[in-house]
Amino acid sequence: MATTVTPEAVEKVVFDALPQFGADPSEISREATFEDLDVDSLDLAELSQIIEDEFGVQLKGDDVGKIKTVGDAVDLVVSRAG
Amino acid sequence: MTALRDQQVAVITGGTRGIGLAIAKRLASDGYDLLISYRGDEVAANAAREQFADSERRVEILAADVSKADGAGEVVEAAMQKLGRLDVLVNNAGITRDTLAMRMSEDDWDAVLSTNLKGAFLCAKAAIRPMIRQRSGRIVNLTSVVGLVGNAGQANYAAAKAGLIGLTKSLAKEVGSRGVTVNAVAPGFIETDMTKDLLADVVKAIPARRAGQPEEVAAAVRFLASDDAAYVTGTTLFVDGGMSA
Repeated sequence: MATTVTPEAVEKVVFDALPQFGADPSEISREATFEDLDVDSLDLAELSQIIEDEFGVQLKGDDVGKIKTVGDAVDLVVSRAG
Repeated sequence: MTALRDQQVAVITGGTRGIGLAIAKRLASDGYDLLISYRGDEVAANAAREQFADSERRVEILAADVSKADGAGEVVEAAMQKLGRLDVLVNNAGITRDTLAMRMSEDDWDAVLSTNLKGAFLCAKAAIRPMIRQRSGRIVNLTSVVGLVGNAGQANYAAAKAGLIGLTKSLAKEVGSRGVTVNAVAPGFIETDMTKDLLADVVKAIPARRAGQPEEVAAAVRFLASDDAAYVTGTTLFVDGGMSA
């Protein structure tokens, strides 16, 4: 069963997932850019899979291409959950 | 269940006959559990089931149309659900609809491109997901020497096989950092029931002066699937007796 989408829940999942892509946990914040965290497009594709598994929210390729910061990603998931 | 999960799992599309079956047998003998897909030939599928009936390996044989996203997804999902993991994907499913280009219908073109090229893409896309999560995997695409040199009467087949080479290189560059290799095997003239009547004419043009055997193609696939090939990716291994040299 999918986890209920709240900004807090999504932020937690995203923050917890980013270190597995090599992001320094001390540098993760809503304002941090994925570029600064050294998170590449394949990492974002994998992150979108984690989001889909956890919340049942599908992120399209166009959506993912526009996000720059961690906050953008969290807000996008919340907005797509409807 | 822990012991079963430790077995490597290989998926072979179109693996119930010909080169695909030879690949399946070779990987089974190496200890892989198998998920073999076929599209519609129930006779060949049942014959394959009989051949693996006494195997020590777990072998699942599944009807699926990999030229559709649903079918490709079913194949990968079945491997994950029934066998617990996916380590190797062999994109072998392929068809021919041979005729000269000026007589080739749009349907002849679409059918061959759909099964041979789009099917490989769809299966690879589905397989990459679990492979990336486990940080290891092998994808082997069965292209053909025809994809490099062309063949009159096979514009559709040659285009699909050439496309597989580009797909192989691109995927290799996308997933290489995740421990997943993507390579292609290009058989030349391989002796099967379908080719035996053409043998005498064709072998004159082959430096090895003979047709290849399905088992020789299987050996190449087996190498690319193995740990020995961990630093081999984005390449095409020609098994053609020198035909393309």
